[in-house]
Order: sequence, then C-alpha cells, then structure tokens
Amino acid sequence: MTRPKTDYLWVGVFAVLVTFAVPWFMWRDATVWAGLPVWLWWHVGWMALASVAFYLFTRGAWDRGMNVDGEV
Amino acid sequence: MVASDLLVQTGVVGAYLVVSLLVGFVAYRLTSRDAEDYYLASRSLGTVVLLFTTFATLLSAFTFFGGPNVAYSAGPEWILVMGLMDGVLFALLWYVVGYRQWLIGRAHGYVTLGEMLGDRFGSKHLRALVAVFSLFWLFPYVMLQQMGAGEAIVGLTEGAVPYWAGAALITLFMILYVGLAGLRGVAWTDTIQGLFMLSIVWVAVAWVVSAAGGLSTISAGMAANTPEALALGGGLYTPQYVISTAVTIAFGVVMFPQINQRFFMAKDARVLKRSFALWPVLVVLLFVPAFLLGAWAAGLGVEVAEGSNVIPALLNEYTPVWFAALVIAGAMAAMMSSSDSMLLSGSSYLTRDLYRPFVNPMASDDREGWVARIGVAAFAVLSFVASLFRPGTLVEVGDTAFGGFAQLALPVMVALYWPRTTKLGMYAGIVGAQAFYLLHVFLPPVTVRGATLFGPTYLGWDFALWGMGLSLVLTVGVSLLTPAAAGEDAGTFAVGSRAD
Repeated sequence: MTRPKTDYLWVGVFAVLVTFAVPWFMWRDATVWAGLPVWLWWHVGWMALASVAFYLFTRGAWDRGMNVDGEV
Repeated sequence: MVASDLLVQTGVVGAYLVVSLLVGFVAYRLTSRDAEDYYLASRSLGTVVLLFTTFATLLSAFTFFGGPNVAYSAGPEWILVMGLMDGVLFALLWYVVGYRQWLIGRAHGYVTLGEMLGDRFGSKHLRALVAVFSLFWLFPYVMLQQMGAGEAIVGLTEGAVPYWAGAALITLFMILYVGLAGLRGVAWTDTIQGLFMLSIVWVAVAWVVSAAGGLSTISAGMAANTPEALALGGGLYTPQYVISTAVTIAFGVVMFPQINQRFFMAKDARVLKRSFALWPVLVVLLFVPAFLLGAWAAGLGVEVAEGSNVIPALLNEYTPVWFAALVIAGAMAAMMSSSDSMLLSGSSYLTRDLYRPFVNPMASDDREGWVARIGVAAFAVLSFVASLFRPGTLVEVGDTAFGGFAQLALPVMVALYWPRTTKLGMYAGIVGAQAFYLLHVFLPPVTVRGATLFGPTYLGWDFALWGMGLSLVLTVGVSLLTPAAAGEDAGTFAVGSRAD
C-alpha cells in the first residue's frame, strides 16, 4: 500500500493547524490592536484559515483515509 | 428589585420556553414511534440542522456561564482553549471518528455507540459497559445544566426567584420535551435556539460596547483594571493547562452520547463535509463574543456576587431589563436543548444497550418507549436533586464529566481503525482508564515519599490526560497479547472495498 504525497501533506497541514491554534510565540504579549489583544485577532484569522483548509480537504482528500471510493 | 421588572423577566423567560415546547408538539405530530425515527430522525438531517443541533448541544451552561466566569476571573484566554478544542481538534475528530462511524452505522443500522462496539466484538457485556460509563458521566453534565438554570434565574431576578425554582423549571421542561418530541423536535428547536443565541450574543456585545463608551474605552479599562487579562497566558493559563483542557474536552465531547449519536444522523456525506468545514467559523462566532463579555465585565469593574454568574450581572448593568431577560431565556433554552439531547441519547443507551439485551429482549416498541420516558424522568429528577447540593462550580463539574468521557475516546478510535483490536483489549482500556480516572476524582490527594498521588495534575498535566494515555496503552497492549475471541468480527468495521 502506497500513500500518495497528498496524504502526508494533509497530515502536515492538520498538525500545523492544531499546533498554532494557540499563538505560542505571543505568550505573555499584551499588545492591543483595534481594542482587542492581537492574540485574539490571530485566533479569528486562524479559525478562518482552518475553515478554508477543511473545505479544501473535503473537496480533494475526504475519502482518502477511509478506504472507500469517493462519493459526492 | 421592582415588581414590574420581575414581571417582565419571568414573562420573557416563560414565553420563550412555551414557544420551544410548541415546536416540540409539531415535531411530535411528525415523528413515528420506531427507534430509528425517534432517536435519529431516520438518518435524515441536512447540513443546517445537523450543524446547529450539534452546535446547540455544545451551547450549554458551560458556554454561557462557566466560560465567561473564567474569563472574568482569569482572562479571556479560554477563547483560545475553545479554538484549539472545538475549532480544530473537534473538527478533525468529526472527520476521524464521526465520518467513520457514519459509514459503519449506515452499513449496519446502528443507533448507539455501545451497539456498534458490541456487535463488532460479539459482546453484549461490552455494549452494556460503554452504556453504563456513558450514563454515569452524563449525570454530572445534566446536573450542570440544572445548576446553570438555577443560577441564571437567581442572577437575573437578583434572588427574587430562588435557585431551586430555576433548576426545577428546566427539569420539568426537559422531561416534557424529551417525552414528547424525539430527535426531530430536539433538532428543530436546537436549530432555532442556535440561531437565536448566536444573534443575541452579538446584539449583547454591541449593546454593552456602545453603553460602555466604545471598544477603546473598554480596552483602556481593561488595561487599567485587569492588565493581566490582555496578556496571553499567565495565572491559571499555563501551556499545560491550555493543552490538557483542550485535548481532554475535545475527545470527551466526541464520546458524549448526544454528540456521538449525531454521527449516525447525517443524510449523506456531503452534509458531514459541509459541517466539518463550517465548524471553526461557528466556534469563532459564538465563543469570542460570549467570553469577551466575561472579560470586559472585569475591565469595567462589574461586581459579581460570590456564587453567581457574570453574564447576568453585566447585562443587568448595561442593558434594559427585557433584553437581559431575553438573553437569560435564550441561555436557559440552550441549556434545555443540551439537556434534552443528552436525555434522549441517554434514554436510547438505556433501552437499547441495557433494557433490551438484559431485561426484556422481546419488549414491544411501545413498551420500550415507555421505559425510555420513565428512565428520562427518573434520571432528570435524580440529577435535579443532586444539583441542589451544588457540588462544585460550573466549570469544575463540566470538566469532570468531559474528562470521564475522554477516557472512552481512544479505545473506541483504536477499535475503529485497527483490525487487531480484541475484546479483552477494549475491556482493559475502558475499565483501566475509568478506574484510574474515578480514583482521581473521588480520592483526596495523598503524599507518599514526597510524591503526590491522586492530585489534580502530574508534572503540570491534568490527570485526565494521563488516563487517556493509559487507555491507549492498555487497549493496544492487551490486544497484542490476546487472540480474538469467537464472535469478534473485524470485518464489521471494514468500510469500503478499495484495495489499498
């Protein structure tokens, strides 16, 4: 059984999405932008990014890990 | 408290609950009495309804009161915990566990998690074991909703209506609702309530921001009064806390009966795909405003009495009486929709995994229906009685329940994907981790030669996380050491036919 490169790519994408859901590099940072902490804006942007990534996953790779033929 | 205020408050809350009940009646008229329709709405839910019914199930006392209370006392970083937990981890589990369960459930007609596992491992005792632990941890979570409702009413009416009355009111509605409506009614009201809560929370944010003089004023107030809240991390929020909490709750949520059962309900794969992609957006839309309100209340210097909740206190100060009442009514409705989903799923575990296999295999559908309803009523009344003792804060009680469910998650995931899993492996993983977890919940910490046993954390990591690790090691380890018994059939979980 060979797994195409895209499978590993998705595992990588998901790992990055999980890892930086909390912006660890801003730990103890209290910078405020437009009335809210910058780390909160990161959260909003990151969730939007996750949503886009998930959408692309459903388009191209959804059935890969399940051993079933793709269906609409 | 002015008498007319009290009238407005109780009127708004009462009207909202009655409208929800009417929706239940309509759904009741459309629901047939067979189990697949009653519990799963005949596997017919579309994207909007499935998404919102799952979402509304998460809209609980934890979200509206527990979370904002933590944001009030420790800062709004809970938003990030929710983002990691619900926005990303739960969404991925939605695919990894949910989609696979949907495929398997569709092929074999399963209604509960225990049924699926029991069939795969040829063991009705395993099926019962999963049901018993699930019902056990469901108890504190139903109790949490009753506590939340009681506290909400006290906070709204400033004590004019007592705690027990709020808890009793929601208990009564829960029983009525589940008895009547079945899953279709629950799913419909969940959708209505989900949309309502989502909009009302944003209106509340807009109202508080404008009444308090704009976002920059609030932010300046936070910088002056609670500068620690603006900085990421600190105090309660250590990296270990953030990760432990997010991981245990995300995995726990997947094993919640009412969430897990929803994995069987989607109409087609497209519904699951859309819900998966929309999930992080919904998480932002709900949790950012709800938890910010809690953090802002601290910055604005809103006083919250000991043992009460920040959201009602904030709204009473910055918005008119009727609006505060509407938000509380919405929050109570959300708790109700969480609880009625829980009770409905719990009753399916009771009848299908315990009553039918062990007590009365020949029971008619009608009789099973009555056992389910009596079970729901008894369960709700018992948790109501327990809620009167208020054994912990909302977050503590919720956390304990989530952690208990999380102990089930890894054995189930191993079983879903690894054909070598054996029945004894499942028993070891489930019983071992539950025993470990229960000891930590109920035993006081003891110090043996400088090391603390049964404390809340080991090396800064929550014991629930260690329990999950144990469940994984036991399930895999014992499966490797034991042969599959007669009656176990890994083929049950082999979905699809593609040879790769």
